[in-house]
Amino acid sequence: MKFGVVVFPGSNCDADCYWVIERVLRQPVRYLWHGDGEIPDVDCVILPGGFSYGDYLRAGAIARFSPIMRAVAQFAANGGLVLGICNGFQILLEAGLLPGAMRPNDSLRFRCCPTWLKVERYDTPFTCAVPRGRTLRIPIAHFEGNYYADPQQLRQLQRERQVVFRYATRDGRVVPEANPNGSLDNIAGIVNRAGNVLGMMPHPERCAEAVLGGEDGRYVFESLIAYWQQKAGDGPR
Amino acid sequence: MTPEQILARRAWRQMALRDEEYHRLVEMLGRHPNWTELGMFAVLWSEHCAYKHSRLHLGQLPTEAEWVLVGPGENAGVLDVGEEMAVAFRIESHNHPIAVEPYQGAATGVGGIIRDVLAMGARPIALLDSLRFGPPEEPRCRYTFAGVVSGIAGYGNCVGVPTVGGELYFEEPYRHNPLCNVMCIGILPRSRLRRARAAGIGNSVILVGSRTGRDGIHGATFASEELDERSEERRPAVQVGDPFTEKLLIEACLELVERELVVGIQDMGAAGITSSCAETAARAGTGMRIDLDRVPLREEGMTPYEIMLSESQERMLIIAPRGKEEAVLEVCRRWGLEGAVIGEVTGDGHLKVFWRGELVADVPVKALAAGAPVYDAPASPPSDLEQRWRVPSLPEPTDCGEVLKLLLRSPSLAHKSWVWEQYDHMVQVNTVVLPGADAAVLRLKGTRKGIAASCDGNGRYTYLDPYRGAVLAVAEACRNVSCVGARPLGITNCLNFGNPEKPDVMWSFREVVRGMADACRALGVPVTGGNVSFYNESPAGPVYPTPVVGAVGLLERIEERVPSVFPGPGYRIALLGSTRAWLQGSEYLKVMYQLVAGRPPEVDLRLERAVQQVCRAAARRGLLASAHDCAEGGLAVTLAESCFSPEPVGASVKLPPELGNAAGLFGEGPSRVVVSFAPQAESRLRALCVEHGVGLLLLGWTVAEARLQIRCEDRVLVDEDVGGLMAEWQNALPSLMG
Amino acid sequence: MRYMVRVLVKFKAGVADPQGRTILAALHSLGYEGVRDVRAGKLFELVVEGTDEDAVRSRVEEMCGRLLANPVLEDYEVSVLRALAGEGR
Repeated sequence: MKFGVVVFPGSNCDADCYWVIERVLRQPVRYLWHGDGEIPDVDCVILPGGFSYGDYLRAGAIARFSPIMRAVAQFAANGGLVLGICNGFQILLEAGLLPGAMRPNDSLRFRCCPTWLKVERYDTPFTCAVPRGRTLRIPIAHFEGNYYADPQQLRQLQRERQVVFRYATRDGRVVPEANPNGSLDNIAGIVNRAGNVLGMMPHPERCAEAVLGGEDGRYVFESLIAYWQQKAGDGPR
Repeated sequence: MTPEQILARRAWRQMALRDEEYHRLVEMLGRHPNWTELGMFAVLWSEHCAYKHSRLHLGQLPTEAEWVLVGPGENAGVLDVGEEMAVAFRIESHNHPIAVEPYQGAATGVGGIIRDVLAMGARPIALLDSLRFGPPEEPRCRYTFAGVVSGIAGYGNCVGVPTVGGELYFEEPYRHNPLCNVMCIGILPRSRLRRARAAGIGNSVILVGSRTGRDGIHGATFASEELDERSEERRPAVQVGDPFTEKLLIEACLELVERELVVGIQDMGAAGITSSCAETAARAGTGMRIDLDRVPLREEGMTPYEIMLSESQERMLIIAPRGKEEAVLEVCRRWGLEGAVIGEVTGDGHLKVFWRGELVADVPVKALAAGAPVYDAPASPPSDLEQRWRVPSLPEPTDCGEVLKLLLRSPSLAHKSWVWEQYDHMVQVNTVVLPGADAAVLRLKGTRKGIAASCDGNGRYTYLDPYRGAVLAVAEACRNVSCVGARPLGITNCLNFGNPEKPDVMWSFREVVRGMADACRALGVPVTGGNVSFYNESPAGPVYPTPVVGAVGLLERIEERVPSVFPGPGYRIALLGSTRAWLQGSEYLKVMYQLVAGRPPEVDLRLERAVQQVCRAAARRGLLASAHDCAEGGLAVTLAESCFSPEPVGASVKLPPELGNAAGLFGEGPSRVVVSFAPQAESRLRALCVEHGVGLLLLGWTVAEARLQIRCEDRVLVDEDVGGLMAEWQNALPSLMG
Repeated sequence: MRYMVRVLVKFKAGVADPQGRTILAALHSLGYEGVRDVRAGKLFELVVEGTDEDAVRSRVEEMCGRLLANPVLEDYEVSVLRALAGEGR
């Protein structure tokens, strides 16, 4: 499965995603430059974490005008898989590819710490390989991760089952104490209606190797590969 | 101002140059300088840039080892770590800026040290910060502390370099003079090592990064004076950090190095264009001709004086091969950075500055970069030194459990996650041992190796005895690195002192350097560079003499790293090394009696070396389940911290009679490590200890019930729920900071 | 009386404004060539009680010096917009 990792000015988890895909998952991967208007032959586009354009104005507000984002929107509209992590999620929100917006954390401080995630859906390309009932331990690192949606958007998210990850306790209870940033309904990750675009604040690439203290992040990438292989198996390839 | 007016008004004095220094530069120049030239000398001959009061003494420090690729004198030290890889690292202070503007002062400190490491051709992979503030009960001290932490976070997080460790103390003498020392570590393939040298006549001088504005003019001079009420007026010296541009600068510079477009590269820190041009040319024995009309400016109407002395951040000076200018500028453009060819390398040994077609400054680079005087300032011990060593006789505590809790919530000992959760400590996916352990451990991608790093320096010890305090700081930094199983390869030091023109300050400085030199020699660790920060002094007095030691170590195999907490029940607990401890200078005296008193212990450096060797050998052989340096707060605090694993573990400990008192529980001393190990490892560990002549005192066992029990003969000294102790330790800083 | 007061805080002239510069570059890349400069700042709207406009203004200026602006880096502008009628806002 071929991956592309977008490099915006100020991205700083691009190399981390690249590393995990190439060295841990052993899949082909290439960088996609923000100034390019086309997406080459890849099966999944990753918008990595970082501080695109310094997060000046609002996180993701400037990056979403990059030429590559028009191509990403087209890629997504054609059913391509798009994974936005942290700043990548913020860019997807600013670009309107996912509903809602991010506010600064309720603590008004940057937070880098482990979180436990309850998986709300196992039928997405991003979660299909997660063992049922397993709470995932994946770290966050952000200042603006306090997810907000207006009541109408929120109803739609519920109706369409678009919430994929919620902050939870270790045993999977979604309670206020487990919410690290004030996110509405403990929301940590959502998909679009079609289910091919996921935005999540936690960083799966930071916990995909045992030496770093955890491997739960691998499930996200392995799900993508399993989904793609399944689809390839079904199709004419 | 004309040279005549300068002379008539003695204008050098307002630039903090002494009369004899002015006469010295006139002699070197062979004439009176003009205004721009005077400014250039004033900054490069400031204490901050020229090390006038320290250089004579720093020569004692050992700087060599077979693995040292670059020692002091460059932007950062570089060590060979094998497999064609090298590690670059340095520590630097940003004390005066944080006193004026905590957030931006800390942010620009981070930016500056990152560029020092970048200037060696290395990718910055980790930051550590060593911070000192006044009592956190004071709102102003809390404001400074919170601002500095968020400045480090704001810059480091954005630029994508993880902050993986550091240290934090709160003491009265830092109330008006807080300290912020930042250390950066970078890695590079040996073949990409670059120097800050303007070699090759005819090569181009290229300025890359932010535009030059009026900010920070005379910042270096500012760092070379005491802070007083007038400091407020000089506030324009504060600069604003732009981590976004810094991130682009990192990527662009590394690409330039990789594509062989760099002959020499230098950070533009203090004194901006003046220092970077003069220093690179001086190192290469060349000269330079620059044209100020080609410098991209942020503001209109800037004078040559302002352009030459601007300390605008996020700029690098690149010396590029002649004919490759366009290739360099193309890389800059691709990264959205401005670049400008501002001059060329010449062979005449002069820095010649042109502006609007006129020669506005013409100075020999050697005089600028290396002509400052070296002072052997008078030194004498403080008159009250021996008084400081007196400790009144004190009663034994009645409730040791309560004392333990008090110590655990003392802000200097308490859990620091309130700080490091604000730092991205994981970006770049190398952080194997997270902040909070004895040393941070980073894997070295593409190898099986790891890098360990720690920052240490207890100012209270150094205040009470500068020589011993410095030895203790070096010993502790190396011990912390050894505790995780790594071999200390080198240290970088940041020496924070008051006004060196005062004999007692100078005496402490000399004693500290002497102590460091002795400790480094005994432990076989070279000093590869660092920074001296004087004038950390206000009308209320100087800071504690505060040497901060940043140690870097190498783990041959990352799997051999040793955790600092007990892994679970059923392990043997022992005290490795010395069993002696003293209350002199301890946190116990400060917390219980508000006393900063007593002469800190002397370090037996042979024993220290042996203890560290045992830690590393035991780690290599897989004998240790955990190792934790027994430091501030003593044995009781170290045992408690060892229990504070994510799944709290209990410990049942029995002390020998001589340790069953306040000194035994809460006393401090070097060469001691609390270790745990599986029972079957005991005989091999003991054999290793015997071989190195190091003691191993069995203390007890780890147990499933999360209680810490410390007994001595028939007495129960401590019997506390680990969860309760942990809560005290964890909640202390958050509840102070709200 | 209650007054609606608007406070604008931005970096002082001569202080680097990385945010403003980055936004300026983004506007240029979106085709707004005519934009010559951008200074980023913060806006506060306060409802303040006071006897008259001058008293309110001087109170708010004091607040700016102490809290709303960082005098090391930032300038502020205080505009007293209008007196508010009645108790409600």
